[in-house]
Parts: sequence; structure tokens; C-alpha cells
Amino acid sequence: MLALESVDIFYGHVQALAAVSISVHDGELVTLLGANGAGKSTALMAVSGIVRPRSGSMRWNDTDLAAATPYAIVGLGVIHCPEGRRIFGGLSVLENLRMGAIRRKDRAAARSDMEYVFSLFPVLSERRHQTGATLSGGEQQMLAIGRALMAAPRLLLLDEPSLGLAPLVVKEIFRVIRELHRRGVTILLVEQNVRQALAVADRGYVLSSGRVTLSGTKAELCANPEIEQAYLSRAPEAGQ
Amino acid sequence: MTPLELLLQQLINAVSIGSLYALMAIGLAMVFGILRLINFAHGDLIMVGSYVTLLLMGLGLPFLAAAAVGIAASTIAGLLMERVAYRPLRGAHEISMLLTSFSVTIFLENLAIILFRPTSRPFNAPPILRSIIERGQLRIAGLDLIAIAVTAVLLLGLTLFVRRTDTGIAMRAASQDILAARLMGINVNRVIAAAFAIGSLLAGVVGLLWSARVGKVDPLMGFNPVLKAFVASVIGGLGSIPGAVIGAYVLGGLEILLQGLLPSALTPFRDAFVFAILIALLLFRPNGILGSKEREKI
Repeated sequence: MLALESVDIFYGHVQALAAVSISVHDGELVTLLGANGAGKSTALMAVSGIVRPRSGSMRWNDTDLAAATPYAIVGLGVIHCPEGRRIFGGLSVLENLRMGAIRRKDRAAARSDMEYVFSLFPVLSERRHQTGATLSGGEQQMLAIGRALMAAPRLLLLDEPSLGLAPLVVKEIFRVIRELHRRGVTILLVEQNVRQALAVADRGYVLSSGRVTLSGTKAELCANPEIEQAYLSRAPEAGQ
Repeated sequence: MTPLELLLQQLINAVSIGSLYALMAIGLAMVFGILRLINFAHGDLIMVGSYVTLLLMGLGLPFLAAAAVGIAASTIAGLLMERVAYRPLRGAHEISMLLTSFSVTIFLENLAIILFRPTSRPFNAPPILRSIIERGQLRIAGLDLIAIAVTAVLLLGLTLFVRRTDTGIAMRAASQDILAARLMGINVNRVIAAAFAIGSLLAGVVGLLWSARVGKVDPLMGFNPVLKAFVASVIGGLGSIPGAVIGAYVLGGLEILLQGLLPSALTPFRDAFVFAILIALLLFRPNGILGSKEREKI
């Protein structure tokens, strides 16, 4: 399990996370909600070792993540699929997927994982020799998730996978998130699409200005008047 | 000389000098692609390899053995340079890295001056590198043909490396998005070290070909090649390996072309004309031939 306890993170003098405690149990899908700049991405960057907490503890099972390098953290099976997709635009789809599996020694299993990725996203298979930059936004997001899956994640950190995508593609992405959850991958999902995120999650946390202001199970969060009012009562925006 | 012979002669000259610039420019491009560092000390690796080769030949080692150790010495010097001077600056401002590369240059050149004296020493290449093939009016230096052939082999090897191997693909990935590369578990330090090692190995090869060409070595011999390689990679698009190669051949071609076309009173100022043409080229394509615009986010 992943456990963050009282984590403080600063960018210079600006505090990005204040006493944040979050846990994700094995097999759980936990969502991290909140407005822009609330610290959601920072929390993921901390777990993957890119930014360092000033204080607090971060553990994945028996390993202290606060002291581990990103390289070591990937080796533990904690895989971060970053916001904005960040696929390698000059590399082909196959090369992108190969980079996802770069830490793996089990070549045969990696090959069958690639087949699995292609079965989740058949369009990637069709475009396997195209460079990442030539893919559409939705295809790039699929590639980003596929690349992360190639690392055989035990904990998958997904940062805003639905950002800027057409409603149909969002549906497709969430179908895959649900499928990964069903297969037992532990997932920490950062989303601004609260409705969709709560639909797939077991539990959730709401961050605002770097603090956890609300947490609970899916049912508790859906029933919470603040969430209800802020996110769920509005009709979904048309024509995004 | 018939016009065809003249063309062939000049073409060989251009490709030969372009090849040396290309091997140098690749090293600059690989490092710049990942670190955004223009490593001006790259030129001094030429000097290191050449001196080591020269000293070993002085001890009676056959040329090929001495050359192999010389190239290895360049490679090790490049790795040390990365480890000692640049790795502690990871994440530092680009200007700090640039200034550091100047200090590395000053350090290495002065170290060479202390160790080997500031005067140049003759570099006696083996006969095959000094041979001249004559066909009618055509005079082709064996060294030129060897330089072209060696470069072709190295470029092929490099292409296979960056297309086929994990480390090679990781190098391209890291130069496109270093954060994403780290998140995928790419060992960025190892990739950077590999870029330095390959670039330095190529510089070692250039050192031998360059020394054989000019017939001497001196502590400041790396300055001119690294300057030309820098210009070549700017023409091609900084950070792009194919761009660096194309830029190098364009630069070599321009030099030979102007050498032939300029009236003899003006040939001493050839480089001024070359650079004027480059300035014009960059006015139209500020990012070089293959350079992409800084990627804009949609």
C-alpha cells in the first residue's frame, strides 16, 4: 500500500502541500480531486521522486519513497503517467512502448503486455510505426497510458488522463481505467472530471490549496453537499 | 584538369573535411540535445587523444595500437569531464554550464601547455595516411578517402545504435522530454554518460585524422575544430544528430566552394565569407535546417 503522512512540499517559499496524508490500499482505485493548483500533480510528483518533501513520510509497502530516486521508484513498480501525456513525439509508437518497459528484465512478459496494450487500444497497433507527434490528442493519451502499462505497474499514478479530450475519447479512457482496476492494478487517479472520477473510484480525497479538505468513500463523497454543489449538480457541459 | 575531374577533386575535399566536422558536431549535438549544454571543451578531447597517440608512438608502439589507446584516452577524458565538471551541475542554469565548459577548456589547454610545452610537435602519420593517389590530373590523398570511409562506418554504427538499442532510443527520448524519461525509469545519468562517451570516442577519431592532416599537434589544436563543429550544428539545428551531420557537410562544401571561387587575394578571408553566408542562412531559418521550433503545447 501507498501511505503519505503529513507531507509538506515547498517550491522555494511557496508551500504546495501542507500536512497531506493519503493512503491507497492494494487493489484500490483512489481519486485525488481539486481545482487547478491545489497540489494534485505535486503529490504525484512527490510519490515518483521528482520533487522532494520537506517533511512527512511517504511509504510504498516497506520502502521509504522519500529517500528513493525516480529510477528506483520505477523499479518498485510505481509508475507515473504524467499530466499533458508527455509521450516522446519523435519516437514511434513501438519505441514509446519500448521505453515504458526499459527497466524490465522479463522480455517475454513485456511482449505479451504489448499485445495487451494493443488489445486495449487497437488504434495504437495500427499506428505502431508512426511517430508520437503525428497521433491525435486522444491517441497520444492512449499511448501515454500504454507506455505506463508497459512498465508492469503495481501502483499506477494517472494524472488528468481526460484533460482536453473529446467526450467519446474520455469515455474510452475511463473504460480502460475501470478495466485496469478490475485486473487488480492499484491506481491513484488525479482528475478534474469529478463526475467520471467518482464513477470509477472506491475512495477519494479533495485537495484545496495544498491541504486535504475532504475525504471518504465514493458514496460519502457523492452524498457530500459541497461536492454535490460544486461538481455534480451542474449539467455536464455540452460541446467541450 | 577537365571540369569533371575538378568537380570530383573538390567533392572529395569537401566530403572529407565535412566528415571531420560531422564527427565533431555529433558529439556536441548529443550532449546539447539532452543537457542544453554547448560543451566547448569537446574540442580539447581531440588534443588529449592526439597527444596520447603521439607519446605512445614515441615509445615505439605501432600506429594502430597507439591510435586505439589514444581514442580510448579521449573517451575516458570525456567521461571524466562529465563526471567531474558537469554532473554536479545537473539542473543548474544553462549559462552556468556554458561557463563551466569554458573553464574546463582553459584547464585542459593549460594543463597540456604545462605537460607538453606550448609549441607544436610534428605528428608523423604512417605512410598510408600520407599517400597520394594520382589518376591523370587528379590527386587524391589517401587520408581523405580513409576519413570518408571511417566516417561512413561510424555514422552507420551510430545510426544502428540510436535506432535499435535501448540506450540509443533512451538517448533520443531523454533529448525530447527529460522528465518523461525519468518517469519511465530511464537512467538519465547513464544516458548522459553514454552520450559523452560516444561523442568523445568520435572526437578521438577526429583527433587522429586531424593531426595526420595538419601534420602536427599542439595544446590549442581543439579550438578550430570545435568552433567549426559548433557552426555546423547551428546550421543543422542544435541538438539534432542528423542536423549536425547535414550542417557539417554543408559547411565543408561551402568552405571548399569558396576556396575555389574566391580570387586568390581574398582566400585568406575565406572563413569570413563562409560565416557571412551562414548568417544569411540563419536569418531565413533561425533554427537551422532540421531544427524544429521550440515545441508549442496545444
